[in-house]
Amino acid sequence: MPDFKKPHALTDAVMHYCPGCTHGIVHRLVAEVLDEMDIEGDAIGVCPVGCSVMAYDYFNCDVIEAAHGRAPAVATGVKRANPDKFVFTYQGDGDLAAIGTAEIVHAATRGENITVIFINNTTYGMTGGQMAPTTLPGQITQTTPYGRNPDVEGFPVRVCEMLSQLSGVALAQRVTVIDPKSVNEAKKAIRKGFEFQKNKQGFSIIEVLSTCPTNWGMTPIEALQRVKDEMIPYYPLGVYKEGAIR
Amino acid sequence: MAEKTLMKGNEALAEAAIRSGCKCFFGYPITPQTEISAYLSKRMPKVGGTFLQAESEVAAINMVYGCASSGIRCMTSSSSPGISLKTEGISYIAGADLPCVIINVQRGGPGLGGIQPSQSDYWQVTHALGHGDFHALVYAPASVQEMADYVSKAFDMADKYRMPAVILADGLLGQMMEPVCFPDTEIKMSDASNKPWATNGHGHKRPHNIVNSLYLKPDQLEDIVRDRFERYEEVKANHSEAVVDYCDDADVVVVAYGSTARLAKSAVEQARKQGIKVGIVRPVTLWPFPVQQIKDACKNAKKVLVVEMSMGQMIDDVKLAIECSKPVHFYGRTGGVIPKPAEILAEIKKLGGNL
Repeated sequence: MPDFKKPHALTDAVMHYCPGCTHGIVHRLVAEVLDEMDIEGDAIGVCPVGCSVMAYDYFNCDVIEAAHGRAPAVATGVKRANPDKFVFTYQGDGDLAAIGTAEIVHAATRGENITVIFINNTTYGMTGGQMAPTTLPGQITQTTPYGRNPDVEGFPVRVCEMLSQLSGVALAQRVTVIDPKSVNEAKKAIRKGFEFQKNKQGFSIIEVLSTCPTNWGMTPIEALQRVKDEMIPYYPLGVYKEGAIR
Repeated sequence: MAEKTLMKGNEALAEAAIRSGCKCFFGYPITPQTEISAYLSKRMPKVGGTFLQAESEVAAINMVYGCASSGIRCMTSSSSPGISLKTEGISYIAGADLPCVIINVQRGGPGLGGIQPSQSDYWQVTHALGHGDFHALVYAPASVQEMADYVSKAFDMADKYRMPAVILADGLLGQMMEPVCFPDTEIKMSDASNKPWATNGHGHKRPHNIVNSLYLKPDQLEDIVRDRFERYEEVKANHSEAVVDYCDDADVVVVAYGSTARLAKSAVEQARKQGIKVGIVRPVTLWPFPVQQIKDACKNAKKVLVVEMSMGQMIDDVKLAIECSKPVHFYGRTGGVIPKPAEILAEIKKLGGNL
């Protein structure tokens, strides 16, 4: 039985995430992949505004904090300066699918050789639980107190489905981290994204259906159950696109 | 120096950027700066650099943010409405202490305004280039040669002080052709070798680097901003530039920058021929503002005339520079209208004949 150790690519800092939040799991998975591929020293993370904005304290690789939604553009600048380095963004749903829609779509369609970790928890966690572009119909948030009404607030964005239509995308896969099996699947997908990048095969995005017990008003266990019962039916898990673009 | 070439201001600036080691350019089309992008899209692939047309001005400045974080010399260019879009990114660049060069080939505003030359972004570039307490270096060239010379200086100064540097040109300087010389040096793309703070992969040879502008503890943020302002003091003390002509005995001193200074200077020279004692100060750095040079030049003057292609913006800084010690008059055209030397001469005569 191997020892269960903290990955080298994670620092010793105590994370600020709420109890039951799945950011910690996803951070760990990214760090394990950096360790296993031995690329921490060649990796640059770009972490924009959102709950994970302080990820620069948690990842041991070089990290850039970015403006809200702009991480794919920042990552493009890093990658064009250093085409042989590994560049990843770590973005939430408000960041990636609302204020940063243009940046993610164009980084994807350029086939920018970066890996995007996309945390979809159907809310703006950091600012206290407002409606996100991925908030489900009927979901109560601080700014949809009567539930999201598609007639008024429109429909949730399905990011992997949308980006999978673009020629520059090598990998678009939706995963979750609600039980050991799905955590293993998520790690494999993240690894695959970095492998695509290593082989210069195009843009990769791994969407992780995640929890926000604090803003959902749930216990951690209830939050995991909600992902299964409400989110996965609207956001089916799976590979939406896979194959080198170049 | 190599032999002279006839070039547009925008093209001369672009060529000078390459010769200054600018490895990456990120831009978005907008008149009247388009020649910069067009030129670099041709040249960059041939010299081992990167030209990338971004999806927006916002993306372009954030690409600069990422590239500058990597310690590589990079640049973006735009014109007035596009600069407004970039201000978010410029604030982050300043807040993260990153060096880069930003070009503003100004056009008339506000809003979509027009596409003819203007100087109506002075307040924005010197006082509010984004949210928060910060400054950018601002150079105001007045010829095609200076478009080339100051881009090179801007890169050096941005690196030295780890801050953004702006070339504030206008549509006239960008579009007009003049002879220009470039230093006879080999083109060498920049690398991060002298930037130990760069986030370009630690290679397990140093602790991880962080590029960041977020500080949630007020005391810590205050300290960081104060440190930055100490650096600004050093810049202010050592790097303000102005060109002063005919001011020793001048009763009237004209203050103008950029292409307007060229027009004003010919008006001043005509006035001198007519026996009016008039001089001219041309601020070359708009931040830091050449306070002492203006103060000295206006020492014996009775009146000051500020000429701008705007409704009067730099005039505020001129009044502060001379501590409102004498009357400061203004003549300006705006909306893309270029003041004629004859108009400026008439203003000088009005002041010079009424001492």
